[in-house]
Order: sequence, then C-alpha cells, then structure tokens
Amino acid sequence: MLSLLRTLWAVFLHAFRTRVTVQYPEQKAYLAPRYRGRIILSRDPDGGERCVACHLCAVVCPVDCIALQATEDENGRRFPEWFRINFSRCIFCGFCEDACPTYAIQLTPDVEMGEYHRKNMVYEKEHLLINGPGKYPGYNFWRVSGVEIGGKDKGEAEHEAPPTDLHTLMP
Amino acid sequence: MTSPYPVATIIGVLIVALSIATGLIWLERRLLALWQDRYGPNRVGPFGLLQVVADMIKIFTKEDWIPPFADKPVFVLAPAIIVVTVLMTFAVLPIAPGIIVTNLNIGLLFFLAMSSLGVYSVALAGWSSDNKYSLLGGLRAAAQMISYEVFMGLSLMGVVVLAGSFDLAKIVEAQRKMWFVIPQFLGFVLFLIAGIAETRRLPFDLPEAESELIAGYHSEYSGMKFGMFFVGEYLGVTLISALIAVLFFGGWLGPWLPPIVWFFIKMFLFICFFVLLRASLPRPRFDQLMSWGWKMMLPLALANTLITGAAVLAFR
Amino acid sequence: MSIAVPGNSVATIYIDDRGYKADPKQNLLHACLSLGFNLPYFCWHPALGSVGACRQCAVKQFKDEKDTHGRIVMACMTAAAEGTRISIQDPEAIAFRAAIIEGMMINHPHDCPVCDEGGHCHLQDMTVMTGHDYRRYAFQKRTFRNQYLGPLVNHEMNRCIQCYRCVRFYREYAGGRDFNVFGLRDQVYFGRQADGVLENEFSGNLVEVCPTGVFTDKTLKQHYTRKWDLQMAPSVCVHCGLGCNTTPGERYGRLRQIVTRYSREVNGYFLCDRGRYGYEFVNGEFRIRQARLTRDNHPRNITKAEVIERLAPLLAEGRQVIAIGSPRASLESNFLLRTLVGRERFYAGVSDDQFRLISTMIEILGGGPAHSPSLHEIELSDAVLILGEDITNVAPRMALSLRQSVRQEPMQIADKMHIPLWDDHAVRQPLQDAKGPLFIASPAATRLDDVATQTYRAAPDDVARLGLAIAHLLDDNAPSVPDLPSEAHTLAESIAQALKKAQRPLVISGPSCNNEAVIQAAANVARALCVIGQRAGLSFTMPECNSFGLGLIGAPPLSQAFKTVRDGAIDAIVIVENDLYRRAPVRSVDAFLSAAKDLIVLDHLLNPTAGRATLAIPAGTFAEADGTLVSSEGRAQRFYQVFVPEGDIQASWQWLRDVMAAEGREEGLAWEHIDDVIAAMAVAIPALAQVQQAAPGATFRIAGQKVPRQPERYSGRTAILANIDVHEPKPPIDPNTPFSFSMEGTHNQPPAALIPYFWSPGWNSIQATNFYQTEIAGPLRGGDPGVRLMDPTPDLQGKYFDQVPPAFAPSSDEWLIVPLYHIFGSEELSLSAPAVAELAPQPYLALNEKDAKRLRVQAGEQVTIQLDGMAHSLPAQIKAELPLGIAGLPVGLPGLARFSLPIRSVVEREITSPHTS
Repeated sequence: MLSLLRTLWAVFLHAFRTRVTVQYPEQKAYLAPRYRGRIILSRDPDGGERCVACHLCAVVCPVDCIALQATEDENGRRFPEWFRINFSRCIFCGFCEDACPTYAIQLTPDVEMGEYHRKNMVYEKEHLLINGPGKYPGYNFWRVSGVEIGGKDKGEAEHEAPPTDLHTLMP
Repeated sequence: MTSPYPVATIIGVLIVALSIATGLIWLERRLLALWQDRYGPNRVGPFGLLQVVADMIKIFTKEDWIPPFADKPVFVLAPAIIVVTVLMTFAVLPIAPGIIVTNLNIGLLFFLAMSSLGVYSVALAGWSSDNKYSLLGGLRAAAQMISYEVFMGLSLMGVVVLAGSFDLAKIVEAQRKMWFVIPQFLGFVLFLIAGIAETRRLPFDLPEAESELIAGYHSEYSGMKFGMFFVGEYLGVTLISALIAVLFFGGWLGPWLPPIVWFFIKMFLFICFFVLLRASLPRPRFDQLMSWGWKMMLPLALANTLITGAAVLAFR
Repeated sequence: MSIAVPGNSVATIYIDDRGYKADPKQNLLHACLSLGFNLPYFCWHPALGSVGACRQCAVKQFKDEKDTHGRIVMACMTAAAEGTRISIQDPEAIAFRAAIIEGMMINHPHDCPVCDEGGHCHLQDMTVMTGHDYRRYAFQKRTFRNQYLGPLVNHEMNRCIQCYRCVRFYREYAGGRDFNVFGLRDQVYFGRQADGVLENEFSGNLVEVCPTGVFTDKTLKQHYTRKWDLQMAPSVCVHCGLGCNTTPGERYGRLRQIVTRYSREVNGYFLCDRGRYGYEFVNGEFRIRQARLTRDNHPRNITKAEVIERLAPLLAEGRQVIAIGSPRASLESNFLLRTLVGRERFYAGVSDDQFRLISTMIEILGGGPAHSPSLHEIELSDAVLILGEDITNVAPRMALSLRQSVRQEPMQIADKMHIPLWDDHAVRQPLQDAKGPLFIASPAATRLDDVATQTYRAAPDDVARLGLAIAHLLDDNAPSVPDLPSEAHTLAESIAQALKKAQRPLVISGPSCNNEAVIQAAANVARALCVIGQRAGLSFTMPECNSFGLGLIGAPPLSQAFKTVRDGAIDAIVIVENDLYRRAPVRSVDAFLSAAKDLIVLDHLLNPTAGRATLAIPAGTFAEADGTLVSSEGRAQRFYQVFVPEGDIQASWQWLRDVMAAEGREEGLAWEHIDDVIAAMAVAIPALAQVQQAAPGATFRIAGQKVPRQPERYSGRTAILANIDVHEPKPPIDPNTPFSFSMEGTHNQPPAALIPYFWSPGWNSIQATNFYQTEIAGPLRGGDPGVRLMDPTPDLQGKYFDQVPPAFAPSSDEWLIVPLYHIFGSEELSLSAPAVAELAPQPYLALNEKDAKRLRVQAGEQVTIQLDGMAHSLPAQIKAELPLGIAGLPVGLPGLARFSLPIRSVVEREITSPHTS
C-alpha cells in the first residue's frame, strides 16, 4: 500500500523535470554519420561506379526490396544495368551495406523521405547514385581485384605479379 | 433549494459536464505527458487545445462500422446507455447553492441506482459484439462493477449517518464545521477505490485490458459509437471526482472565493488524481481485483458503517 | 552400430569410430560422400575418377582401434577396404585441409563479386567448409592472360587452382585435342595453344566441371543472374531425340541458362553444347508472343479471348478441319490435337521417309529381342557397331557415352593387374591407347572416328549390306549378301568376331541416312546376336525430341494430308509446332497451305509456316509449358514449366483444350489439368498407358506443401515489378504440377522427377548432386526419372529382314547427295540461339578429292546441284573420306530448304563471270 503511494509521489515529481522530447521540425535530432537512413550508391575515388552488380545486397535483404541486373562494359568492367530499391518495403536494417564487398551501397543519416504516393518511394539507379565515395574514401575494388578492366591490365592490381609468360621454360 | 431557472440549469449542467469530459481528452494526454517528461498534444491551436476539436472531427467522420455478425439494436443501444446513465446522475449533483437540476432527497441513492444501470452498457456492448474478446471484456466489466458497487454504497453509509440525509445538498451543508473526509477517512478511501473501479479507470481497467483483450467490450466499436464510450468514461471520471468533492470535501464550501469556484477546484484536483493513478500504477490480475473487493473492501466498508453508527449513537 | 547404404556394399569401414557399410570396390571419398559426410575435394569427379592431385580430401587413417597416431591419407586414393578406420574430424586432418585451401587461395584473385561462378562455386563452398577466410601471404599473386575460347565458354585463368579437372574431362573423357595444360611449377596454364573456338562438342561441360570460375557460361554472362535468383524446374532437352535431363533457369521473364540435371540412366553429369546453349531461342526476337490474325494481308495482334472466340466456330464439328502434329511437340499437345479434329483427320507432320523409318524403328524395338539401352548402358557396352550414323552430330550426348564404352574392354587389363577402376590415372597407365571395339560404317567421316577400331565409308546401301553381312556371319539364318567386296567381307568378319566376344555388344543405327535397309541391317545384327545368346543392345537415334512419342501415337504422314487437301475441300488446317517447309518441298507445302481458307499455326517462332498462318498462336516452349516427351531410348519423361511468360503464351495443349471448352465439348471441359489429359491419353492410346508413371501428378505434396521453383534465397521479390506497381502481384498459381512459382513450399528433397535444382546445405554448386543420389554416381534417390515405354519381346523365332539392297554404283554424271549433320545448325530451334548460330557452318557441298578434281573444282568454288527441279549454288568443300560418287549436303541450315536426301543429282562447276575471276 505504501509502495503504491510512493509510486504515485515519484511519478508526481516528474511534473517538475525537464522534458526530453525533441520538437522535430524546429529542432533536429543528431544523426550519427553511420545512422541507417536513406540508401545511396557511391562512386570510387576515380569517379567510376562502385557497384559491381554482385547481387549480394539483393540476396541478403530480408524484405527482398533490392533488384538489379548485371551487365558489363566492352572492357569487362561489371556494373548494374539497372538497380532498384523499393523504399516502401525497406526496413533500413543495413544488411546490404554489410554485405557489399565494394563499399558501394551505403546507408546515410537522411530519414526525411516521406511521400504521399508509395510509387515515389521506388528509387532507380539514377536516384541512388551519388557523386562521391561516401563514408569510405580511398577504396577501389578494381584496384585489388584480379580481373582485367579498361585502364587496368592483368598484373596491374595491388599485390599482382606481371602476367606469366607461357613461352618461357626458365625456372 | 431547486434552481429558479430549471431549463437554463439543465442546459448549463449538460454543456459544462460534456465540455469538461471532452476537455479531459486533452487534459489527460497533457498530464500523462507531463508526468512522463513529454509534451503531449501541443501542435493544434494554443497548447494543443484544439486537439480536442481535431479528434472530434476525426471521430465523427470515421466510418461507423457495425459488424455483420453483431446484434445490431443492442450494439447501437449499448454506448448510449453509458452516457445517459452518467448524465442522469449529474441531475442530482449540487454544484453550488441554487445550481442543481433537481434536488432529490434521495440524491445519493439515485446516484447508486444510475451507476448500477451503467453495468448494462458494458455488458450489452460485450455481448452484442459477438466477439470473444468483447464478451470477455463485458463479463469482466459486469463482475467488477457489481462487486465494487456493493461496498461503494456501504462506504457512503457513514456519510449518510453523519449528515442524517440522502440529500446531497444537505450532505454538503452538514460539512460546514468539518469535511467528512476527517471522520470518514476510511469511507473516503473505500469510495475512491470503488469509484475508480466503477469508471473502469486504470489501474482497474481490466474490462478493456489491451494487452489481453484487444480493447475488451468495445473492440468492435468505431466512429462515434466508440466516441460515446470514450466520453462516457470521462463523464464518469468527472462525476466521481465531483461526488468525492461533494461527499467528503465539503462541495462548494470554502472561504473567499465564490462557491462554484471552490466546487470546480476540488473536482479538478480529483480528476488530476485519477490521471496520476493512470500514469503510475500497474494493472492487477482479475482474481486479485475480485478478492480485494470481496475479502477486503466489503468487510472494511461494513466495519466503517458499524463503527460510525456506534460512534454516532454513543456521542448523540 | 552401422548404417546401411543401398548398393552392393559389403565392407564395414569406421569413420570417426562409428561403423558404416561401404562398397570395397570404391575409394574412401566416394564412401564418405555417399554416406553424406562433408569432405572437401577438388580434383576428384564422380565421372572422372581419382587422381589425387589436389590433396584436399585428406583424412587420417588408423591401423586399428589401438592406433592413436594414425597417418594422413587422401580419401580419394585409398580403397574403402574392410575394416578401414579413418577420421574426418581429426584436428590434424582438419588443419591439413585448411592449409591446402590456404595454399590454393594464395593466388586466387579477389574477384568473387564479379565472378560468374559466385554463389554456385565449389571453391567457395570448400573454402567455407574448411574455414579459411584471410590471406596471410604477403607476396604477389601470379597472373595469367585469358584466351578467347569461342562464343560458349569464357576463360578467366587467374582463378585457376590447378585441379586438372578441365583437361582430364576435355581430353580424356570427351576426347578433345585442342585444349591442354601448359607451363610448369606454379605457372601451369589450362587453355588452347592459341586463341580460338573450342572444337569439342562438350566444351560447355567445362563450366560445370571446373570447380571455380575459370570456365563460365558465356551466354549467361550476357544476362547474368546468380543461381539463387533463378527460377528453375526439371526439364528435358528438346534439341535432339536423347531426352537429356536439364535444369533451365529463368529471371525477369527470360531464360538465363541451362545446366545438367543429373540422371544416371540418361545423361549423367554432362550435356552437349547444343543442349546447353540452344536455349536462347526462347528469348529470341522471332518468338510469337501475341496471337496474330491476318486478314487480307493485314496482320494484327489479338487477345487470348479473341483467339478462342474465333477458333471455336472455325473448328466446330461438321466443318472440314485437318490437323498436323509434330515430332517436337509434347505427347499432350499431339494428343489434344488428335482429339480436337478426330483420329482420321490427324496427320503426323513428318515426311513419308521419316515416317516410315520411325515406324520401322519403333516396330523393331517393340517386336525384336534386343533391348534399347539407356545412355548409361551404352557407356558400359564393350563392343559397338554404328551403322550409318554420325552420332556426335545427331545425338551428341550418346557420342560421349560411346567414348567411355571403348574403355570398357581394355579395362580388363587394369582389372587383371588389381588396379582399382576408380584410380583413374593408374588405370590409364597400363591401358595407354588401348581401345575397345567400336566400328563405324557411314557415308562420311564422323567425329568418333578417332576412337573407332575401324571405319567403313560407303553409300547408305553399302552400309546396310555390311550390316546384313555381319548378321549373316553371326547367324546363318540371316540373309546373306551376294557380291560383297572382299575388304567389306573381311571387315564384317572382324566385326562379327568382336561382337561375338563381347559381354555387352551394342548396335546403333538411325534415320540419318534416310535408308530403311540400314535400320533393318542393324535390327538383323541385333537379332542375330540375341539368337546366338548374346545380351545385345540396339539403339536408334531419333531425329527430334518426340519423334518416338509421335510414332507411338501413330498417324499418317504429311503426304496423306497433302492428298486429302487435293481430294476435297478443307475449311481449316491446324498445325502445331511444326514448320512444314523443313519437311517437304516448297511447292507442295505452298499448295497445301493455300488450300484452306483458315490456316491456324501454333508455334514458338515465326517460321515460314507460321508466317503464312491466318491465325498464328503463341505456343509455349519447353520452358513455358508442361508436357511429356519420349526419348529415343523409349523413355517418357516429363518437362515442367519453368516460368510464366509475358503475353498470351501457353502450352499448345492448353490452347487446344481451351478451344474445345469454348466449343462446349465434353473433353475440353473435363480436362482441367495435364493429369486429366494424360489419363485420357493412357486410355485412348494403350502404348502410352505408362506415361502416367513418368512423374508424380499435380496433387503430389511433401508434408502438404508444393515444391518451390525458386531457391530459398531468391531475391528482389518486392522490387522486381515495383517500377510498374508498388503492390506486388500474387505469384502465379500452377494447377498442373506439384511446383509453385515462388520460394514458398518445402525445401525437403523431392522425388527424382521433381528436382527443380540441386542444392544441399554448404553445397551451392552443382556438386550438391552428390546428396541426391543413392550412392555417388548411382541412381537418384527413388530411381531415375521417367518411365520406359518399350521393352523387347524375348521372341527369338522372329524373322530377319530379308531384303538386301543392291550395291551402290557410282555414275559418271550423277552424284548421290547424302545428308551431313552438324551439331550446330542441323537442329531447327537451337539455330535461333545466337551462340549456336555463330558456330553453324555456311551451306556447302562436300565432295571427294577425286570427284572434285574431275569437276575441276577447288575448295570454296561454287558448284551447282539440282534439287526438286531447282538449281542450287553452293561453295564446294573437299572431304577426303567421302566415297567416290557421293556428295554431302548439310541439312537443316538456313537457305537450304528441307530435301529428302539422299538424292541423285548432277553436280556442275559454276561458270564464274569473267569480272569476278
């Protein structure tokens, strides 16, 4: 019985505390750089598209809201022909960013993406692609990967020896 | 002591009671927020006061859906009963000298009678919805209200003995020397608890316990029919608060200020107390509720009546 | 405690101190995988045997239960002998395997995200299985340059882990010569001597044989999709008569790739390149995707409802309607067509020659004593006689089996030396180049000549005479052949000897020569072998995927239809999945098609016949329809719809059923599902009664659930169509099969006929097949899919065919033009696949060197021949092996209409105009 009264009193005293609510449109909450908001596709330091269309983000997505089609340019560089995220289904879990082997797909601290029509929440590649490397400057998948693309021959990636000369029998 | 302008009084009481009840929609949310370190509704109009209007517009324009499986006439009637019975009680409520709709000499009994009728509302709502959760809610409400009504009446017998009348205005007048809360403290506590249970407010909102029964007896209600239950609950809160003020805290009596102001101050404090209860206390189990009612509250109420009676006899 | 494994297991082996039954004739890796253990491996392949090159399958072996020290052995190189004790979980063995993987990964490029193998990569699976995850080696990776290997296979050498599987498959298993291993130490290179198209017809299997992404499917690369994103269903290849089991995969409404669906009896682990790469016709721009109505030369697209509305009165009872079935349409489609127009107005849609040959072959298989072997049984044959067939180009997968069959007889050498047969290179050492008996008699050179004991080049009639002579040598009651040249007689004697000596002799023939005598000769040899007590096999190739089935349904050939039209007024002609211009001379087809006011054609591609239709209706291909095909073995196999195509495409039988329902005919209303059609067919055509057992019916469920066509990790469900509508459509309902068009359903192992794709936890590559077999390389659990419709009659009193054709006599002014077949080009549908079309030859006329000299023609120069009264100009090609007086003409190529070859024609050197010479 006494505990009930003590509870009542303790709750009553909250009338004199400061309020924790952030008055949103006037005041903005701080969102950390690694906050999981709107998804973007970044570019590598050379300005090329980072996404190599490996489908890992699509397969890891628990709500299956990512779809894409891979294609290749004439020099063997792979990229998504189209890339679609249905944000009306996205739960911003960030698995896609975790799965991405090239740092291409990143979640950003932008949450203000409300729309009156659900169809406006479907983002295509042109809506997703930004002009910079996002949170991870410096990394370029093609520099470490051992495939040949335009501007990078076999043996020119990091930690690669020049292509083997098959016609030599020297040990 | 009946009002000289009966029609104006009726209309006045109706308007005041209903506007207090609707105002409570806003007040409760603001108070809860206050005690939870939040703001509550603060966007619509000054201090969010027009939230009430917004809610009214919303609730009036919502689809008023009657489930095809419901017993339609009863389903429609149920929410009306609750509002009607509570409003009827306001008729015997002495607000200030001369401001009373009808000064019945059995006012208190009238109140008890009306509150018994209120059980029909929830029981019928629960039954007519033809939904297992509604039915369970209705059953709980009926059991709870009937049980707590018993000692609610008994707890007031002390007051009646002291005042020597069932007439509410006379009870107020009898407190000129001393508020009944002092001699009848136990009666006050019992009546307060019974009042909470009668209005099905937290912590005794088991009939609509969301975590178990969705929304209890009004699960199937929407639109203004739901609104009636909603308003009915706030009217009940207002009524019980007013009655506590009248029966134990001297009603309109008080120095300096006009009597009507005193009445409203006291009533308002008890309304706030109701909200504070909601903000603080958890809900008991239903078996706990019933055993408290029958095993603790009823004996205590009987004892209170006995002792008061004995004391009155002894000191006469 | 021991766990029994089906098969002839007798030895008890102990794995991690528990006893198991195993086959002592097998190695430990085979035993462990058969028992369901996860033991990593690379160089071993169930079809290729063990060489112990990769050291990945290391386990610890103990002498007895007291031995605690043990020693590391390679499971694939150790026999599963009685009492063998091994440990897979031993920490040292685990560490050893992890070290091997780490070593392999030192040079592996960091490119899984852009590798086509990713997601179904054996190397990925094994790396995860052994736990390697971080490259500790700080030095450089070696790199290689890639080669262009043609339009089918992509090369990315950096990924190679030197397991040698590719070169073992290509050279030793498939008999390729233009691919090898070069270099030394850590710079071993697998490729060709120089860039160029891989010559072998089975090069596509490198894609599946390679445990990682060195060889990948180049056609898949053009519309790349991960395995987990493919919607798949069991299917049957439609590009020849063998009925190989395939798994086609679809994504975004387009067919993406074909992979092998293992079936021990039919195709085992491999497919030919035509079967693997021919699929792209399904996506082709020449598809009929919407019904097309042509009125007064104005074509316009019409809806499905309109089609039914228009068709019902056209085909109503009382109207004169005839129908042409097809050997490439399913049994169901042919049967429904026959039901629609009535038995007497249904024609088979094959030329008279082919009709006669198919009927003869079915008659022989049903009435003769010889058994029609499956491809697996062909592989086990130890003496083979091929009469008149170029197997590699007609029934390609059979050639791969025959290449294995020539190893059967020499295998006894290894057996005598007590070398276990799974120890592949140890077996090859004593065998060297020893080959078992394989005799090929055909008009032109074949791609199997390199493994043949002897070949015989002669005109079709002479091939038949050789066969008849062999039969006579085996059994005197068989008719004798007069005036056989002595060399042919000698050859016949040695062939007869070889066949007589063999345990499992096999005779193969078929309709390629378009000569009934050749088929009869093969039947005589098989019968003679049976009479002398041999267990002989007799296999016929079939020209198309359902020739056998159409033969069993039985109907008059095309010329009868032509005659019917000439004799009386016909209101409408219905043609199902058949391009008549490939089957009869242009003029007669033209006349036939113009005879009726309404020409209704149901087909996949807008071919010349469909182009003339007044109503062309889009018929579903093998990937868009359900149905049953009968393979040349006589095996009825069900293929299942892989995806729901856009437009109004549906199976031909569904169109016909809908029309019958619209007419209010009882059958149309009653036959709701394919099961109803098959049940009705079993009653109407007793020969097809067993088709019902080919696969479980539509009501089949596992624990109340359907079998999903999509893997559990199918992605993009809520985004694929979001650009059209954010509300995801409900997945299509499939009332015809136990499959669902979604990832919903049970992921338990379905029965063999219903395996949509091979997958097992931790095994994402095609190697997961191991877990679907009763034992490694054995039958699928519950038996291989399909049902054999035909069993031989054990009647040895039957008669020999006694017609002996006269010997071929070359004439001075006329050449006998025989058909030449090409794996890429001779088949109608695959020719619409760009990759296959790229490899198809240009039309030519092949001539013997001497004949060419006589005509004063050099290779590449134009010659003219007369066919069906029309002159055709073709570049000449010199083929030394062609007999004198015989010229070869490729069949099925565009630009060459279908002629009934062989035919006699003059060949003339084209007089070149002065300004071009």
